Amino acid sequence: MSTDTTSPGGSTGDQPRIVMEDVSKKFGKNTVLDGLNFTVARGERVTLIGPSGSGKTTILRLLMTLEDLTGGYIYIDGDPLTYAKRGNRRVKLPNKEVTQIRKRIGMVFQQFNLFPNMTVCENIIEAPVHVLGQSKDEARAKAADLLDQVGLRDKIDAHPTSLSGGQQQRVAIARALAMEPEILLLDEVTSALDPELVGDVLEVLREVARKTDITMLLVTHEMQFAQDVSHRVLMFDEGRVIEEAKPEVMFNNPTHERTKQFLQAVL
Amino acid sequence: MSDFFQAISDYSPYLWEGARVTLALSGGGAVVALVVAVVLGLCAISPVAVLRVGSRVIVEFFRGTSLVVQLFFLFYVFPLFGIDLPGMWCGIVGLGLNYGAYGSEVVRGSLNAVAKVQWESTTALSMSWPLAVRRVIWPQAWGLMLPGLNNLMVMLVKGTAVALLIGLHDLTYWVEVMRKDPEVGLWIAYGAGFLFYYLIALACSSGLRLLERRAQRRLGLAPSKTRTTRATAEAVA
Amino acid sequence: MEFDLEFALETVGPLLMAFLQVTLVVTVAGSVVAALLGLIWAVCQRELPTPVRLPLSWVLDVIRMTPLPLQLLFAVAIFISFDGYRKFPDTDVETIGMILGVAVFAIHYSTYMAESYRAGIDSIRQGQWEAATALSLPRSRVWRAVIIPQALRATLPSLGNWAIAMFKDTPFLLVILVPEMVAKAKQLGGASYQYTEVFTVAGLIFLAASYPTAVLMRKLEKKLVY
Repeated sequence: MSTDTTSPGGSTGDQPRIVMEDVSKKFGKNTVLDGLNFTVARGERVTLIGPSGSGKTTILRLLMTLEDLTGGYIYIDGDPLTYAKRGNRRVKLPNKEVTQIRKRIGMVFQQFNLFPNMTVCENIIEAPVHVLGQSKDEARAKAADLLDQVGLRDKIDAHPTSLSGGQQQRVAIARALAMEPEILLLDEVTSALDPELVGDVLEVLREVARKTDITMLLVTHEMQFAQDVSHRVLMFDEGRVIEEAKPEVMFNNPTHERTKQFLQAVL
Repeated sequence: MSDFFQAISDYSPYLWEGARVTLALSGGGAVVALVVAVVLGLCAISPVAVLRVGSRVIVEFFRGTSLVVQLFFLFYVFPLFGIDLPGMWCGIVGLGLNYGAYGSEVVRGSLNAVAKVQWESTTALSMSWPLAVRRVIWPQAWGLMLPGLNNLMVMLVKGTAVALLIGLHDLTYWVEVMRKDPEVGLWIAYGAGFLFYYLIALACSSGLRLLERRAQRRLGLAPSKTRTTRATAEAVA
Repeated sequence: MEFDLEFALETVGPLLMAFLQVTLVVTVAGSVVAALLGLIWAVCQRELPTPVRLPLSWVLDVIRMTPLPLQLLFAVAIFISFDGYRKFPDTDVETIGMILGVAVFAIHYSTYMAESYRAGIDSIRQGQWEAATALSLPRSRVWRAVIIPQALRATLPSLGNWAIAMFKDTPFLLVILVPEMVAKAKQLGGASYQYTEVFTVAGLIFLAASYPTAVLMRKLEKKLVY
């Protein structure tokens, strides 16, 4: 996985991969995130936990530019993602610039969201060919490799609707990886799966964590998995980080009362 | 029954001529309508506000002011401004614009009916709007819009009978001529007329139904039984 | 070419008159009859035995798939063949044309409305039928008390939309020489070749009547169907 980026902001190697600065998000009158600050280092894998409605998923959606930022700034490798400071003003960046930076980010969704009008292979090569400009042969060869990694080589020409949920999700992971993202966002990727299909998907993700240095942000209810793959865990409640720790500390010796309650309920 | 076939064979050159006019209006009108429907439908969902508002105004204008009025504008008013289209072209353009406006509602509705998460996936893969629409959204919406477009196609075939009002000799015209011939009479003439229109409409409808089946197979869906009358009623109102 | 505003304004009166006396009358009467007939077709298609149901469905299909002008001319031709004009010497030709027009519009659009009713009836959950059966309600009572009231809710906006579509088809009455609004406009404009003004006014009247109604139906649809 390549880590060198040439960006207009002239990023350097020691810059954090992701910086959230004073991030807030409101849906109508409902405040979901409120003055949130945190950074994620290069290659770091961070799990976000917390009760539903605490804003975890919203953070991933803001990073993927699926939602508009109400206040604050997000920086990727030092480059502003959607809004930038110009003196005292906060300006929205033009779509073109956003697109350039967004290419460094990939996302896997809870509901897989494969394109039903394309085969497995077409799903994977679509963006590499038409967005990154790779040749079809090159993209196809890489798709085959990725499908090998997720254990679905034989399904390369299958139709997504003929696959099980777990298989679809593994294809979705391959599709996201085909874009060679520097940041991978995983939004409750096993929540929509039948229990017996969860293991395969998590195994694939463990592999990805072991073999690559992709920065990952995960929202998950699989606490064992979170403990295994992540470097750091952030506990969210009502749009704020209320506790932050290494996974073995967070899961064994949480300090905050809300964290204790939450972990007791899910573990 | 033999009277029926005798009459049809006696009048076959005229019926053929009438059918030719009706088919030309149907085919030409359908092509214009499809182009108008796709362009206006895409404008209606585009991220550019000017295009959205513009398409809305055009669509509501053509939906609201009756086909016959639009046709008379082309036929009676345009010549006063020096634009003298032959009757056939008036018919094709008039039918195309009117049914195109209806069709754009079907196209817009189908594009909007594609799951929101599909749009989100295209964003996550950094696809541009045109790329996302062309490769991901349109192919899925296509299967959804075909039943509605099918209904409109049948309506367009029926709509070609407005030709009568601008002096074209279409099927309806020749059926009336046959009816006045005492050798043929009312029942045979109109029997033939209803049968002809029914067969043309049925052929168009079955053809589009085949396309619909194919589109659904491509999406891995079972063929639907829905006839989307609600969407059609909404489009033509 | 100048747009003669004064002339345009002069034509508003007579056109509105034709609109109220013919266009609106045909639309309202046609819609009401079509809504009743459509319901009858829809119930028949559920209740009648197959040997009757299939021919009925086929006839409805043929009516739905053939042009209104052809059907209007057909109706007049039938009327003539039964010597109708001589049998009703006291009724003027225009009234007869309007009555035939209402009948044809009602039958034509009833075939569309029947489809809407069918969709509405199909959308009612099987459990409703089963519950009614469990209460031993007679079949006619099941329809009147349970199915139709629920189906109507989902169907009403569609019926309204078909009525608007019918409204915009009323100029087809021209082919049987009924003096509705567009016929009147053509006549007024033809006298002095001032077609621009008359058809603009006619178009605007159509737009002014149909657009608000269509918007109303869309609101109703949101409220009732979803």
